[in-house]
Amino acid sequence: MASTASQSLAPRRQKQRKVLLMGKSGAGKSSMRSIVFSNYVAKDVRRLGVTIDVEHSNIRFMGSLVLNLWDCGGQDGFTESYLDAQRGHVFSAVSTLIFVFDIESRDFQGDLISYSSIIRALHEHSPTAKIFVLIHKMDLMPANTRHSIFLERSDIIRKYSEREGFSSSVSGRNGERNNGVEFWATSIWDQSLYKAWTQVIYYLVPNASAIETLLRQLAEVIDARELILYERTTCLMVTHVTRGVEAENPYTDRFERISSILKTQKQSMASVLPSPNRSLSHLFPQAPISQANTALRTHSKHTGIPAGSANFAELQIKTGRFMFFITRLTDNTNLAAAIPPSEQVFNTARLNIQLVRWKFDELDIATKKKVEAAPAPATG
Amino acid sequence: TGRLPNSRAQDGKPRLMLMGQKRSGKSSISSVVFHKLPPSETLYLETTTHITKYSVHSILDFAIYDLPGHINYLDDAYDDEATFGEVDAVIWVIDAQDEYLDAINALNRTVLILQSRFPTINVEVFVHKVDGLSEDYKSDTFRDIIQRVQDELSDAGYDNAPVSFYQTSIFDDSIFEAFSKVIQKLIPQLPTLESLLNSLCSNCRIEKAYLFDVLSKIYIATDTSPTDIGSYEICSGYIDVVVDISEIYGWDRPTENGHTADEDTEDGMQDGESLITMEKKGNNYLYLREINKYLALICLMGEDSNSEKKVLIDYNVGVFKEALSKIFPGA
Ligand SMILES: Nc1nc2c(ncn2[C@@H]2O[C@H](COP(=O)(O)OP(=O)(O)OP(=O)(O)O)[C@@H](O)[C@H]2O)c(=O)[nH]1
Ligand SMILES: Nc1nc2c(ncn2[C@@H]2O[C@H](COP(=O)(O)OP(=O)(O)O)[C@@H](O)[C@H]2O)c(=O)[nH]1
Ligand SMILES: [Mg+2]
Repeated sequence: MASTASQSLAPRRQKQRKVLLMGKSGAGKSSMRSIVFSNYVAKDVRRLGVTIDVEHSNIRFMGSLVLNLWDCGGQDGFTESYLDAQRGHVFSAVSTLIFVFDIESRDFQGDLISYSSIIRALHEHSPTAKIFVLIHKMDLMPANTRHSIFLERSDIIRKYSEREGFSSSVSGRNGERNNGVEFWATSIWDQSLYKAWTQVIYYLVPNASAIETLLRQLAEVIDARELILYERTTCLMVTHVTRGVEAENPYTDRFERISSILKTQKQSMASVLPSPNRSLSHLFPQAPISQANTALRTHSKHTGIPAGSANFAELQIKTGRFMFFITRLTDNTNLAAAIPPSEQVFNTARLNIQLVRWKFDELDIATKKKVEAAPAPATG
Repeated sequence: TGRLPNSRAQDGKPRLMLMGQKRSGKSSISSVVFHKLPPSETLYLETTTHITKYSVHSILDFAIYDLPGHINYLDDAYDDEATFGEVDAVIWVIDAQDEYLDAINALNRTVLILQSRFPTINVEVFVHKVDGLSEDYKSDTFRDIIQRVQDELSDAGYDNAPVSFYQTSIFDDSIFEAFSKVIQKLIPQLPTLESLLNSLCSNCRIEKAYLFDVLSKIYIATDTSPTDIGSYEICSGYIDVVVDISEIYGWDRPTENGHTADEDTEDGMQDGESLITMEKKGNNYLYLREINKYLALICLMGEDSNSEKKVLIDYNVGVFKEALSKIFPGA
């Protein structure tokens, strides 16, 4: 608690984090970025063109964090210029490098050489930077060989990293804050993408441990089996708390699964809003033959969704085995809660979450406005 | 080969045949709808050489037969009585991205023979793979195909043939929506279901109510207000969410300390229930209620529905369930 308090009193400055996204052309960098940060779905990425030079995006994350993402076009010409004319500009003040290896690449050796020269430049200008190596397009490998191919490649890349002065940390389950290299197998076609990016974000969020402490306290008070905190725009998990037997939940990929549920839900809600490229399909409904000639009737009134409110405020599921809800926690976060199947626990939990919102708000710097005294949580 | 398994005498299960040229997308359709194959993986499907049967076990059991495209089922050498004697609907798949004149000719031949010999069989034409087409091209193609079939039918003197047309693609929900409409025609209780749903809607100010078969995501009935694919998409996405979360947190827990008492005393929660509230308005937007093993009721709420009405809805849904169990006593 003490640490939480001192955190919230600290001056509120935005924390800029410069993140480089690099790798050979066609490796899948822009695809990932568009899915994680720009609401694309996997099949949309075919429309992306080659990235020319660097595409910058500033992504505000959890209020206090501004991600400065540099998507660096991977064609040889660009890479040469990053290493040469733009060297200082590109590689200084880097917090994190995300390097993407294409599993299908026919020139792994060449990829390694280019990786080496990039991290050499990184070491010169940002020696404490963290590296995430993503071995990407894993969907193209037969499922039963994926793991061994991944281990094999990471071993080799690890050696090259050490040679340039980046020692590996144990792959970051417990979110080690020491720098080093972490390896993740990814594909845009499954949850692995979210899993890897969640680690990146967790590494970058400045007050993750304070958030975690607060979340654990909340979980105790409301007797939750599990609480998961998601960032709202990306739907990536910030952190989670699991209690009691729930730790034995066999679905170990559930955090990513709920992440992608949140994302699809957002998309499906967004897709029913009128938009120019969709409207025609409504004009020509699948009509029986008798109606086909009157096809251009005006499209039926949209069922209830007011434009601009594509986000759901709350989702509840109640069954005989569990109860579950997802609700807004702060301006930048959603909270998913799994609790025992009891109406009473359910209602108390929702009430208590209302009551502790302000504490999370304080950790969430974008919401400077209201720091007035708020009531203490009611006990259930 | 090419022969259907001996049709059992009137087992009451609707039968559907999928027909169309080779590579028109028949196997893709059945795999995506009935085996939940991701659409992108249909690229690797092999050409069908044997009749393949897909069974759907739901409130209404039905069977879909995927017929290989290279056999002419209606030529003289073929026993069409055995093939079509017990069929309720023929789904004819046309690849709209390909030259379709041959396909139309084959379809017209089939339709005419069916009309003369089996006039009660519904012919459902899926103008398929429309995902790759521009909006203009898509509607022109659709109109053209309808026109050509209609002309042929009226030339032969069949003006009220049971032939319907749908635009479909496995890459969106259109294929599920089309299947829903095809199946609904085969449900004798449909009018009753519709009027039950109508009264549910008017009693609770529900904008749209669907009765879904959860596994196949085919809806077997909806109220009679106009439908649009947008509402279907919302509902089917919502089912995915509820099914997914129920899987994640519905696992078999070892007996828990502290909560077992709760679970024993809490009743009335046998059926799953779910609710989505929309931002801003703060009103309930979507409501899902398990009706039985197969079916779920999904309601899209009107603008002015609010939480106080939950009691009203619960009551009326109870009435609806009751009525439904009389219509489908087995479920
Ligand atoms: N199978 C498969 N294909 C992928 C995956 N991720 C990306 N792709 C495909 O890879 C191709 C290249 O993706 P981009 O994201 O544009 O590549 P890039 O790394 O940004 O390339 P540059 O901008 O030239 O550096 C696209 O056709 C994507 O559809 C994946 O996980 N699996
Ligand atoms: N673009 C597009 N391609 C489709 C669609 N449905 C099927 N296909 C493709 O069409 C090809 C032939 O499909 P298949 O099911 O084997 O055809 P069948 O011979 O009629 O069973 C496959 O490559 C599918 O991926 C669709 O809706 N859109
Ligand atoms: Mg790119």
